[in-house]
Amino acid sequence: MFSLEHQNYLKKIRREKWFVLICQVAIIVIFLIVWQLLADFKLINTFIFSSPKDVLDTIINLHNTNNFYQHIWITVYETIVSFTMGTLLGCVIATILWWNKILYRICDPYLTILNSLPKVALGPIIIIWSGAGMKSIILMALFISVIITIINVYQGFMEVDATKIKLMQSLGATKRQIYLKLMVPSSIGNFISALKINVSMSLIGVIMGEFLVSKEGIGYLIMYGSQVFNLDLVITGIFILCIVATIMYYLVCYVEKKLIKYD
Amino acid sequence: MEPILKIDHLKKIYHNRQGETLAVEDFSYEMEEGEFVSIVGPSGCGKSTILSILCGLEVKSDGKINIRDNVKLGYMLQQDGLFPWRTILDNCLLGLELQHQLTEENKEYVLHLLETYGLKDFINSYPSSLSGGMRQRVALIRTLATKPDILLLDEPFSALDYQTRLAVSDDVFRIIKGEKKSAIMVTHDLSEAISMSDKVIVLSKRPATIKNIYPIIMTNQSTPIENRKCKEFASYYDKIWKDLDFHV
Repeated sequence: MFSLEHQNYLKKIRREKWFVLICQVAIIVIFLIVWQLLADFKLINTFIFSSPKDVLDTIINLHNTNNFYQHIWITVYETIVSFTMGTLLGCVIATILWWNKILYRICDPYLTILNSLPKVALGPIIIIWSGAGMKSIILMALFISVIITIINVYQGFMEVDATKIKLMQSLGATKRQIYLKLMVPSSIGNFISALKINVSMSLIGVIMGEFLVSKEGIGYLIMYGSQVFNLDLVITGIFILCIVATIMYYLVCYVEKKLIKYD
Repeated sequence: MEPILKIDHLKKIYHNRQGETLAVEDFSYEMEEGEFVSIVGPSGCGKSTILSILCGLEVKSDGKINIRDNVKLGYMLQQDGLFPWRTILDNCLLGLELQHQLTEENKEYVLHLLETYGLKDFINSYPSSLSGGMRQRVALIRTLATKPDILLLDEPFSALDYQTRLAVSDDVFRIIKGEKKSAIMVTHDLSEAISMSDKVIVLSKRPATIKNIYPIIMTNQSTPIENRKCKEFASYYDKIWKDLDFHV
C-alpha cells in the first residue's frame, strides 16, 4: 500500500486527466449547441452557415443513397494508395541518396525546388497527361507526399549519432550492415513523423485532386456542394473528412507504439 | 619475443579547404604482449588519431604499422554507443553478428563475461535502465566479445562522473588483466594513466610526437585505486605534468 501522500499524488494525476478529457468534450458539445441555437433563433443564415441538425439530416440522406460510402471509400482508397507508395518510394530514394553522397549533393537543389513548389500548380498538367480520373488524383497526392518523405527520412539518417557509425566501422561493419542495423532502427522516430506528415499530405493531395477532377470522393462532394450552393453538403463533407483524417492519424500512432518498444 | 604491435614513424596529415594540418609525426612504439600503455598529451594533440589509424577508421599518411599475425584489435570509445533498441545481451553480440561469428560458443563466452562482471541480471534490459558506469562496462564487454588481443581505449571514462570513473576504471582494469589482454588507452587524466598503466607515453603539442615514455613501477603494484596511494605516484605525476608544459 502506498503512503497517503502518494495516494493524493495519484488522485491528483487522475483528476487532471479527467479534467482535460471533460474540457475536450465540452468544447465540441458547446460549439455544436451554440451553433444549433444560433441557427434556431435565426441569428445566422442556415443557407450559408448550415446547422448541426441539417448536417445530421444530410448524413442520414446520404446514408440512404447507396453511393455515400462509395465516396468515402474512394477518398480513403486513394489516400492509402498514395500514402503507401509515397512512403515506400520516399524511403527508397532517401536510402539511395544516403548511400551515394555525391548523388545527394547533385540532387539537393532540385529537391529544394520541388519541395517549395506548391504541387497544386502541377494539377492541370497531371490531369492533361494522365486523364481526369483516379490516376491523376493518386499521382498528385503521391507527388506531394514523396518529396516530404525523402527530406524527412534523409534528415533522420543525418541525425544518427556519428560515434555509433564509428563504432560500427570499428567492428568491421559493411555499409549494408550499417544501413540495416543502425540507420534504419535509429531513424524510426523520424520515419514515424514522416508517416504522420504523410497521412495529411496524401489526404491534401487527394482532396485537391478530387476538387480538380470532380468525379467522385469526399472532395467531389464538397466541390459539388459549393457549386450548387448546398452548404449542408459542404460542411458534411468537411466533417467526414475530419473523422477520416483522425482515424488515419491514430492508425499511424498505433503503428508507432508497436514499432518503438524500448525506452 | 616479437612485439605484438610495432608502429614505425607514423604520420598523419588532415586536409580541409583551409589547408592541411599535421596531426601526428614520427610516432614509433613497440608494444609487448599483455602491456597496458597510456597515451597522454595536451588536448587536441592527435592522441585519438593514433587509435583511429590503428583500428583502420582513418588512413595513415606515412609510416608502418606491424601487427603480429592473428592479432585482433578492439576499439572502445568515450561514448558507450549502446543501441537503445537492443537489449544488453544483443548490444554485446553486435560485433559477433557483424562479423558473422554468432556461434553458440561465442554467445556462451559473452554470457560468461556478463555474468562475471555483474551484469547477469540485466541481459534482457534495455540500455536506458542502466547507470553510466554499467553502460561503460557493457561497452567493454561488447568490445571483448569478438576476442580482440589488443584493446584500444579512447578516453573510455571521460563521460562518467568522478566516483563512477574511479570504480569503473578499477573494473575495466580488472577485466582487461583478467582476460589477459594488451591495451592502449588514450586519456587526458594523468592520474588515471599512471594508476592503470605499465607505461605512459607523453605526447607533445600538435603535431604529436613522443616527448617521453615512462615505465611505471610501483612498490605495491595492485589495482588502479590502490596504486594511487603508492609513494611513487606523486613523483610520476609531477614529471609528466612538467612534460606537458601546460600554461593557462
